[in-house]
Amino acid sequence: MAVIIEKNTKILIQGFTGKMGTFHAEEMIKYGSNIVGGVTPGKGGQKHLDRPVFNTVKDAVKNTGATASILFVPPAFAADSAMEAADAGIKTCVAIVDGIPSHDMIRIKRYMRRYSKNEKMTLVGPNCAGIISPGKSMLGIMPGHIYKEGKVGVISRSGTLGYEAAEQMKNLGIGISTSVGIGGDPINGSSFRDIIEKFETDDETDAILMIGEIGGPQEVSAGEFAKENMKKPVIGYIAGLTAPKGRVMGHAGAIVSAYGESAIEKVEILKECGVTISKNPSVMGDTVKSVLEKM
Amino acid sequence: MDIHEYQAKEILSSFGVTIPRGGIVYSPETAENKAREIGGSKWVVKAQIHSGARGKAGGVIVCNSPLEVAQATDNLLGKKLVTNQTGPEGKIVNRIYIEEASDIEKELYLGLVFDRESESIMVVASTAGGMSVEEIAKEKPDSIIRSKIEVAVGIQSFQARELAFGLGIEPELIRRASETIIGCAKAFSELDATMVEVNPLVISKQKQILALDCKMSFDNNAMFRRDKVSELRDKTQEDEKEVYASDRGLNYVSLDGNIGNIINGAGLAMASMDMIKLAGGEPANFLDVGGGATPEKIVKAFRLITMDKKVKVILVNIFAGINRCDWVAEGIVQALEKIEIKVPLVIRLAGTNVEKGNKILRDSKLNYIEANTLEDAANKAVAALK
Repeated sequence: MAVIIEKNTKILIQGFTGKMGTFHAEEMIKYGSNIVGGVTPGKGGQKHLDRPVFNTVKDAVKNTGATASILFVPPAFAADSAMEAADAGIKTCVAIVDGIPSHDMIRIKRYMRRYSKNEKMTLVGPNCAGIISPGKSMLGIMPGHIYKEGKVGVISRSGTLGYEAAEQMKNLGIGISTSVGIGGDPINGSSFRDIIEKFETDDETDAILMIGEIGGPQEVSAGEFAKENMKKPVIGYIAGLTAPKGRVMGHAGAIVSAYGESAIEKVEILKECGVTISKNPSVMGDTVKSVLEKM
Repeated sequence: MDIHEYQAKEILSSFGVTIPRGGIVYSPETAENKAREIGGSKWVVKAQIHSGARGKAGGVIVCNSPLEVAQATDNLLGKKLVTNQTGPEGKIVNRIYIEEASDIEKELYLGLVFDRESESIMVVASTAGGMSVEEIAKEKPDSIIRSKIEVAVGIQSFQARELAFGLGIEPELIRRASETIIGCAKAFSELDATMVEVNPLVISKQKQILALDCKMSFDNNAMFRRDKVSELRDKTQEDEKEVYASDRGLNYVSLDGNIGNIINGAGLAMASMDMIKLAGGEPANFLDVGGGATPEKIVKAFRLITMDKKVKVILVNIFAGINRCDWVAEGIVQALEKIEIKVPLVIRLAGTNVEKGNKILRDSKLNYIEANTLEDAANKAVAALK
């Protein structure tokens, strides 16, 4: 069983009939993802891409049995859509959208505290590339063909840097069990720690590559978790060695504002936690390879 | 987004925070009258720039007569102030805030920020007001008290009281101090702020609690619902190239080196900058044209990079996913028909249809250096400097 999504996971597209929703739904269908329908309020009852459109997520879940969704709604409405998904019983929701206010993200996370651990939705993103389990299902916007099926779990804040890693690994013959883009925002649905914890218990994953960047406490907290609780090896790379302090580097979350948030400090702390560091972004694949060879 | 001190004061004042009497002027002629209008016998003339540490840079002048106020205003207007936060180029003074001087008995620090660890709003207070929060953390860490605001319910009175008592404020002033803290917290929550700082928050000899200097920053992602706040943006305080970029949907940060970058994705952009540094070069900028790297964005990116006179080499690194390399390559070729590049150009394409993309570039009349990997691109960019 793959972590988070499986081959037959039933997926809804929220914001189905819009331009982005349509384009990426087609890409996911081509990849083999099981898209069972979508939601666009006011367009319920119509068909789109040969699949039913519903007015509410609840209707869609009731009629299709969907357990996963992906959001292609504008940032102003994204928080509402994520909470609607959580309330309708969706188990995994990916928010691709860039530009959700931080206050809204906190609101979503507080809202989700009403659900017990078993009922709680896993929210991934926002401002991310999504999730792919190569050969099984894609719940995201990545180019599926650069991912080879295999046994390394990948977690990345950045989309394109995650693609870079996937391609380097593919060129070396190394495959990926699941790749999760957690997004570049300061407050996100799932942290590095949340995802490595899932990988540790996933029998299809042997090792984990964690691609972080400057800003925030998440890489360090994942490193500390790995040191205490994990048997599988963790490989890490942190982008932003040359980033100046106090400036936002593209991603809203990529800003150094406290000790332990710069690339050098994160690398030092991760090394102490036993994480193997890829010394530059050109050797992420090679570093994974050397770790796998020692196993 | 940052705003000026006087704008932050106006906002906080509307949330029940007491501020000294003051007013904004744009010319020395109006400064004298403004001082008379404010009244009193002592004034502080404060240069309005987006930076702290203005006092040390000569941007805050105490005056004893309206005439002195006019002179101080004249001295500061149009000047570039260099503080330890502005960088060597400094920031231009176009607005002056004139304020009645306060009789200070005690200086405190009050700050509110997002705490990414607990994903809540953190109030930080200290009795060591007047110093920067970094200095306080380093030199007087024991003076710092903290309180986490649960965003779903907002700040509670007891939290404000605990902070006020924690700061050693005398009992008869606790209520005003609490109201001040609550006002700042409400402004933070209701206006999508990311930072509110009152430093110093003073207790005056007349037993008033006054916000003497204020700073506020806001979440750019929330500006769609904060019209009034977004109107406060002052582009003269931002780097010219960064304004050009943000107006065109590009993520750009100006840096000191001479290798210009055009990259898709923030993470890949940071990684490419790191590779340049490891190869012995220095990046001139951070530039993320967005994951999609559309031809329109590429044109804008080349325009922006060629505006920067420091740039001696341009490095383009695009990892094409669903937007294939051939499409990106056509975009680059089209862009360079419109824009003349006078420095060496290194292009690295990767991802979907990379062979097709490279063929389009090779078959074009473009004068460029082809690179294959991240490392190769950085090495070639650095080599092209010589």
